[in-house]
Amino acid sequence: MSTPAATGVIDPHLDPSTATGIPNKKLLLWAFLASDCMFFGALLATHLIYRLHPVPGNPSPRDIFNPELTSFSTFILLMSSLMMALAVNAIQKGNLRGLRWSLLTTIVFGSIFLGCQAYEFTNFVNEHHLTITNCIFGTTFFTLTGTHGLHVLIGVIWLSSMLAYSFTGRLTQRDAIDVEAMGLYWHFVDIVWIVIFTAVYLLEYL
Amino acid sequence: MEATAKTPFIDHDAHTPAPGLVLWRPTAKTGLISWLTTVDHKRIGIMYGLFALIFFLVGGVEALLIRTQLAVPNNSLLTSQQYSALFTMHGTTMIFLAVMPLSAALFNFIMPLQIGARDVAFPRLNAFSLWTFVAGAIILNLGWFMPSGAPAAGWFGYAPLTSRQFNAGASIDMWVMGLQILGVASVAASLNFIVTIVNLRAPGLTMMRLPVFTWMTLITSFLIILAFPAITIALVELMMDRLFGTNFFEVSNGGMPILWQHLFWIFGHPEVYILILPAMGAISEIIPTFARKPLFGYPVVVFSGAIIGFIGFGVWSHHMFTTGLGTVATAAFAFATMAIAVPTGVKIFNWIGTLWGGRLAMRTPMMFALGFIWMFMIGGFSGIMHAAAPADSQQHDSYFVIAHFHYVLIGGSLFALLAAIQYWFPLIFGRRVDEFWGKLSFWVIFVGFNVTFFPMHFLGLNGMPRRTFTYDANMGWNTANLISSIGAYLLGLGIAIYFGTSIYTYFKGEKVGRDPWDARTLEWSIAAPVPEYNFAVIPTVRARDSWWYDKHHPEEVAAARTRDSEAAASAEGIHMPHQSIWPFVVGVGLLLGGIGVAAVPFGHKLPVALAGLAVVLLGIYLWALEGSEGYHLHLPTESHEP
Repeated sequence: MSTPAATGVIDPHLDPSTATGIPNKKLLLWAFLASDCMFFGALLATHLIYRLHPVPGNPSPRDIFNPELTSFSTFILLMSSLMMALAVNAIQKGNLRGLRWSLLTTIVFGSIFLGCQAYEFTNFVNEHHLTITNCIFGTTFFTLTGTHGLHVLIGVIWLSSMLAYSFTGRLTQRDAIDVEAMGLYWHFVDIVWIVIFTAVYLLEYL
Repeated sequence: MEATAKTPFIDHDAHTPAPGLVLWRPTAKTGLISWLTTVDHKRIGIMYGLFALIFFLVGGVEALLIRTQLAVPNNSLLTSQQYSALFTMHGTTMIFLAVMPLSAALFNFIMPLQIGARDVAFPRLNAFSLWTFVAGAIILNLGWFMPSGAPAAGWFGYAPLTSRQFNAGASIDMWVMGLQILGVASVAASLNFIVTIVNLRAPGLTMMRLPVFTWMTLITSFLIILAFPAITIALVELMMDRLFGTNFFEVSNGGMPILWQHLFWIFGHPEVYILILPAMGAISEIIPTFARKPLFGYPVVVFSGAIIGFIGFGVWSHHMFTTGLGTVATAAFAFATMAIAVPTGVKIFNWIGTLWGGRLAMRTPMMFALGFIWMFMIGGFSGIMHAAAPADSQQHDSYFVIAHFHYVLIGGSLFALLAAIQYWFPLIFGRRVDEFWGKLSFWVIFVGFNVTFFPMHFLGLNGMPRRTFTYDANMGWNTANLISSIGAYLLGLGIAIYFGTSIYTYFKGEKVGRDPWDARTLEWSIAAPVPEYNFAVIPTVRARDSWWYDKHHPEEVAAARTRDSEAAASAEGIHMPHQSIWPFVVGVGLLLGGIGVAAVPFGHKLPVALAGLAVVLLGIYLWALEGSEGYHLHLPTESHEP
């Protein structure tokens, strides 16, 4: 049931039933991500404003950050985007096997990122005594990166659910838009991380 | 319709996805279950409207209590705390629980009919928006039943008024959580409307042929999805401060309360346009209908709406002129605020241009629409006065500001919504308001409104401050306050006449057929009650003011309709979405979870929060697994002559 031999070629980028040809779900995701940009924009603005008003005696970010670890987790997250793109490509061709391997890799990479973040947070709290309550930098840092981590976690749960669903036999080439919509979300979360990595981490080393 | 509605069959053709995991497929068309599981945009619209009217009543009673307290000097009817709770809840209720959902009710019912669609793009998401709105509204009002009393930090909730130190009770936590959940509802609904308007337009309905009400729905939806995140993050930060002891607004640890004001007003000013643009859209439908002329300068009206939306994001700091922003910032925001008066003024001239030379039919909706133009202009003029920062610093926090925004919110938004309800009543319920009672309600509301709020201009310029529960007798404010309070009761009487008349009309009003106003847009091509599938044959749109064009080109339309009907008859039937209980279940989960999280600092409520989360997750998964397939209706071919 994965090949649409009877109905001809499916163009995943064109939905003839809509006025614009753009699938409804894709448009919904684009609009949602526009909204999500504003969420992260407001959080990032909070962090950047408070960064300009440090409280004397508070810990300095440069003494706390571990740029090697964060660079590694950033790289892993970017590679997960590559695997996500391959997953979308696979389902658009009706290749369920390829979809499952790509999804699995994406999930593993996402989980590695989350693991790095968990380690980083624990390390900051235990070694550097930076908590969410004891200074304004801790407050904005943990809230911003934690919100992003929550997005990654939701993405991993979504990816895992889709992977499990692919074994029910109901996921076909016609449902490629469901995987693609999930992919849009995943890429967006990665792009947000690039911004956070630059504005929260790298900015401290300028 | 009954005969056809009972013979749906489930179809598994190539375009229908495989059946999902269906635990329960509700099929009831009447009764409680049918309303809880409905995905029909019209029923959802009606429920939005009913909930909005209930909360409108609550907010109105709060307003009357405020005016009773202020009727005479040194009044002791209310304590300072009770008074603060009343103005806080009055503002929050009227904005989030009355005007916004009333607009949403009209978006839901009218917009899909105006674009020739059979439903919104995501019918279950639409039901989710409704139930989430109800959950948020309940949580927001829980404070009334708590020992700490209703929240009393103002609708703007300025930090540090809302900090645990100054407001220890759980009612602020409920207020925060209620607003968060209302934000989820608004954003979900708006995403749905955006996709619907962009993607579900009937053939021939290009963007520049869209009815203006639909255009304003689209622009309002964009404002909601881009403005609500700012308040959501502000509320997240506040919630973190209150629940986990973070430092976002904690001055002793480097936090800055001014950040709350910025985040709040980055949301709060676009919110003003979220409240007024739907009203402008409705007015742009009503005036051409009753002036019997096309809207004057349609593209200009549309672009003015869009420009208002854009500039609306760049004027928030005019709420903060007295906070000491610095000269350059103050000048820039003053300039942007004055600039926004231009597209607004352009719209006023377009409506006047539409009236000019028209054959005016002075029916009840038209009376409210004309009242809107006049009253909204007065509110607009005092708005321009506020744009001048030096004048604003004198008027700031005085009754002059109260007068200003009630002229734009009642004289603007509410007048337009009252006009819209009577205008579309025949389409929704098949009956029309009696002209005597309709006009009487208009005149009592009009007079009561002006008697209430016009004296406040003078009170404000004489220095009477906002948000103060009483005043001394020797300030020279006694007469104006008494007049204002009498006006408030008159306004309340007018509203009572309006809704009494509407209820009477619903049961006993004059029955009307299709298109009783001889209107212009597509929704009037359907006779009330609108069938579940809206359009037996998806219409083809040939011009702006599509229905009017069809009525005046019968030969061209008849030929095309025959072709359309034949094409529809040979097609697979009308695709209808299944009803679903899961959006309601997710709403219940959010209600439970929201209360649980907000109550965490007050004892062992974590199980409630976790139970709520579990219900939400269960609902989402079963919603997803149920799938979005529908069934097909087959109607006997019927003629649709204009």
